[in-house]
Amino acid sequence: MSIISKSATQQREMLRTGELTSVELTTAYLEQIKLRESAVKAFVYLDEQRALDTAQQIDVRRAAGEPLGDLAGIPVAVKDNLCTQGVPTTCASKILNGFVPPYDATVVAKLKTADAVLIGRTNMDEFAMGSSTENSAIQVTNNPWDLECIPGGSSGGSAACIAAEFAPLALGSDTGGSIRQPAALCGIVGLKPSYGRVSRYGLVAFASSLDQIGPMTSNVEDAALLLQVLAGHDSHDSTSANVKVDSYVENVTQPLSDLTLGVVDEHYGEGLDKEIKASIKEAIEVYESLGATIKHIEMPHASYGIATYYIIAPCEASSNLARFDGAHYGYRTEPSSVDQTPESEDALTRMYRLSRAAGFGDEVKRRIMLGTYALSEGYYDAFYLKALKVRRLIRQDYDNAFKAVDLLIGPVTARSAFKQGEKTSDPLAMYMEDLFTVTANLSGVAGISLPCGLTATGLPIGVQLQSAPFQEDKLLRAAYMFQDATDWHQRRPDF
Amino acid sequence: MSSPVTKPTNGVPYAVVVGLEVHVQLKTNTKLFCRCPTTFGQPPNTQTCPVCLGLPGSLPVMNRLAFELSMKTALALNCTIPHFTKWDRKNYFYPDLPKGYQTSQFDLPMSEHGHLNIFSEENEFADKQIRILRAHLEEDAGKSMHDEAAGVADSRIDLNRTGTPLLEIVSQPDMSSAAEAKAYLQELRLILLYLGVSDCNMQEGSLRCDANVNLHIDTPTGTIATPIVEIKNMNSFRAVQRGIEFEVDRQYKLWQKDKQVLGDMPKQTRGWDEATQVTRAQREKEESSDYRYFPCPDLVPVVVTDAEIQTMRQQIGILPADLRKQLLDDHHLTTHTAAVIVNQGRGFADYFLALATTIGDSRLAGNWMQGEVLRTLNEQEQSIEQFKLAAAELGELLSFIQSGDLDNSKAKDVFAAMIQSGQTAADVMLELGIEKVDSSQLEELCQRLVHNNPKIVADVQSGNQKAVGALIGQARNENSNVDPGQVRQICLGLIEKL
Repeated sequence: MSIISKSATQQREMLRTGELTSVELTTAYLEQIKLRESAVKAFVYLDEQRALDTAQQIDVRRAAGEPLGDLAGIPVAVKDNLCTQGVPTTCASKILNGFVPPYDATVVAKLKTADAVLIGRTNMDEFAMGSSTENSAIQVTNNPWDLECIPGGSSGGSAACIAAEFAPLALGSDTGGSIRQPAALCGIVGLKPSYGRVSRYGLVAFASSLDQIGPMTSNVEDAALLLQVLAGHDSHDSTSANVKVDSYVENVTQPLSDLTLGVVDEHYGEGLDKEIKASIKEAIEVYESLGATIKHIEMPHASYGIATYYIIAPCEASSNLARFDGAHYGYRTEPSSVDQTPESEDALTRMYRLSRAAGFGDEVKRRIMLGTYALSEGYYDAFYLKALKVRRLIRQDYDNAFKAVDLLIGPVTARSAFKQGEKTSDPLAMYMEDLFTVTANLSGVAGISLPCGLTATGLPIGVQLQSAPFQEDKLLRAAYMFQDATDWHQRRPDF
Repeated sequence: MSSPVTKPTNGVPYAVVVGLEVHVQLKTNTKLFCRCPTTFGQPPNTQTCPVCLGLPGSLPVMNRLAFELSMKTALALNCTIPHFTKWDRKNYFYPDLPKGYQTSQFDLPMSEHGHLNIFSEENEFADKQIRILRAHLEEDAGKSMHDEAAGVADSRIDLNRTGTPLLEIVSQPDMSSAAEAKAYLQELRLILLYLGVSDCNMQEGSLRCDANVNLHIDTPTGTIATPIVEIKNMNSFRAVQRGIEFEVDRQYKLWQKDKQVLGDMPKQTRGWDEATQVTRAQREKEESSDYRYFPCPDLVPVVVTDAEIQTMRQQIGILPADLRKQLLDDHHLTTHTAAVIVNQGRGFADYFLALATTIGDSRLAGNWMQGEVLRTLNEQEQSIEQFKLAAAELGELLSFIQSGDLDNSKAKDVFAAMIQSGQTAADVMLELGIEKVDSSQLEELCQRLVHNNPKIVADVQSGNQKAVGALIGQARNENSNVDPGQVRQICLGLIEKL
């Protein structure tokens, strides 16, 4: 087995024993990237030289017997919406053209403290708005399992990166399913932590009350390894929780006894693809064979998830994205260089209008308009306030469910990866990609996507487990039980 | 509405209605949502960080001290403090607002329903209670500097001020004249200074006041209200008074012409132009009517306990109104002297109290405080905290007046020398050779003078009392320590007995 096909957990051990150096490991990934990136286009920025320099320094420090961090010498790819000091951070948007953050996101700082090797920045839907990574203003990323298909989104670059073995570990962000959906579509592991588990400081906000950063890896142990580094309270983020972080790495391989899984009947409606339905059923049977009890759970408000999400997320986004106005950084259209109409408009307003019109893509503009409308006087109560109330009801559904079961099990997506361009003209069809994932964000619970099958055409299928807030330990252990009993996580695309 | 009514000649009577929105920068070392310093007057954009610059990805974290200062202020203004308050975003675009929204408080402010009492020393209006609608905490914006010299528009942004904690105190429209509005603002400022929560410097912008003004006009068909105008850019107490006076006059004259009433047009914003002493219409912000307030998802709500409220209440200390009452009731000062002392601030008042206690004579202490002490501080541009003499040292000087060792005019000389040299009163008196003249010595001196100056004595006897001044002059030449008043009294007595 090639070194890049091994898990980060294994690589870490080989680095520790001196069997492998970080320069060798980093070089191996850079060679794979050189070979295959032109077909996948997972990265918007490759930091080759800095990565090799870091690897070199870590090897020197290791040789000198210095204490090293938990990810010492292991390459990590970072989604392009996480600020990294001195490295362009664009959110795959034209409007952040030329923006170089003067500070590190907390998760990036934690990766650096852990001595990880930051290898590059991954592609995404612009400002994390989308489910196919086609909304990137920079490039389209191809799914390594079928290069004509989308990798999912918005963390499509990170998912493709792991599937294509460009890095063993990647960071994604998940606002409505942006880690779990591309993980499912690319046949990898993607974990959305509970809201507040990981600091959002330095994550360019899409919808602040929903966003979470999480690990995207090829297996469950690596997800535990990366989450261990990311998790914890941060004094820079008031919404990060001061809740004890469990020993994920130590516990992940310990199976859970008396595991009760909840199946939500509402998930198996008309929209669910037959092959996916069958794979989920098999996954449930695997758990049964491992001694788990299955219970049927009602989530009466889950069907309002998409409607609720597509009010709350755009409302927050419309405000979060107001700062991209051409005045302070990033892209600007100089009003003097274009048509001076209407005459009633002053130069400042014109600069705002033209800069935002040219700087944002269609989907981002669509959501800014949705949110602006829903927060407007006279509509606030009917849309935003109503959505908040439904959100609370959905959270209650979860609270009730987790009184009866340890975890919920179900699909991640209704269908496998679709062809490029198939849904770009139909925003609502694209929004339905979030059907099984948004409720976790609305409720703040944790969710993980695991590879659980392949379609007849050879595209990956994912199964989702969800846990009550701050039960990531249980979630990872249950996920490992499935992985240990199956070999889906070992499948690799041939591209 | 029981407002005093103005009756213009050849016009209809009207009442003035004024409400004030006061923005106070709180005296914290660091900003409301980040750790940047709040020092005034630093080079542009040097007191900034990713948070107050609103850089992508940055997040706010509340400064608890700013919240505590707000609570203390709200309690001093008799407001109630709810146990739960939250942060909201006020969305609008402007270059000095780098996030595109201001973090403020909308429907659940940190305090509400207070009041403040105003009075007029010159009896311009009767004592009055002004209700306070609410006081809420928010972040300040940056500063835009527009330089349109040479016809080239050149706007620059300084974000040093961005994120400075700002307490917005909104009154009810309870003021019925410019004088009342000025009194409210002065009393509010004094309270803030006594609390030590703000510098309250209107020039530097740490205290800013906007006034909402309209008129209630009696017409044959009933009382009508003119459209409300908000006046901005008033950077001094005088400007507040002038601005409101101007606006009252303008609105009355305008109403006579156009008969527009409240509701006929949207609320107008007018800026006070200090140079020309008029208010001018400001450009209407089309979007300004809808700020799309919603709860800020980056901040957690603030929960306040009874114990915290109690702790803040205990930190309030004495307030100007209580102190004024104490000076009148316990120290028997005149209303004017009490006002002068209280208005100088907490430190000055404390000095007075210490001085009065030291010498046991509040009137004497009060006269010296509002006289020599205040004059010296003004001349030397000092605060009482920088004043050279401790209350005990000044007390020693005043005790020499009480014992008759010094007359008031000599005491002023000694005071001046003490300020100059830093010596004690006793040392200065020793150095200047000032000592009390023995009464038998004084009697003997006066008898000798009367005896030696028959011409002057004759003048006095013929009714020219002023002539005795020449005797006083001779007495002082012989002994500089004699009390002129006593010399006069003794000499006149001797002449009468002749």
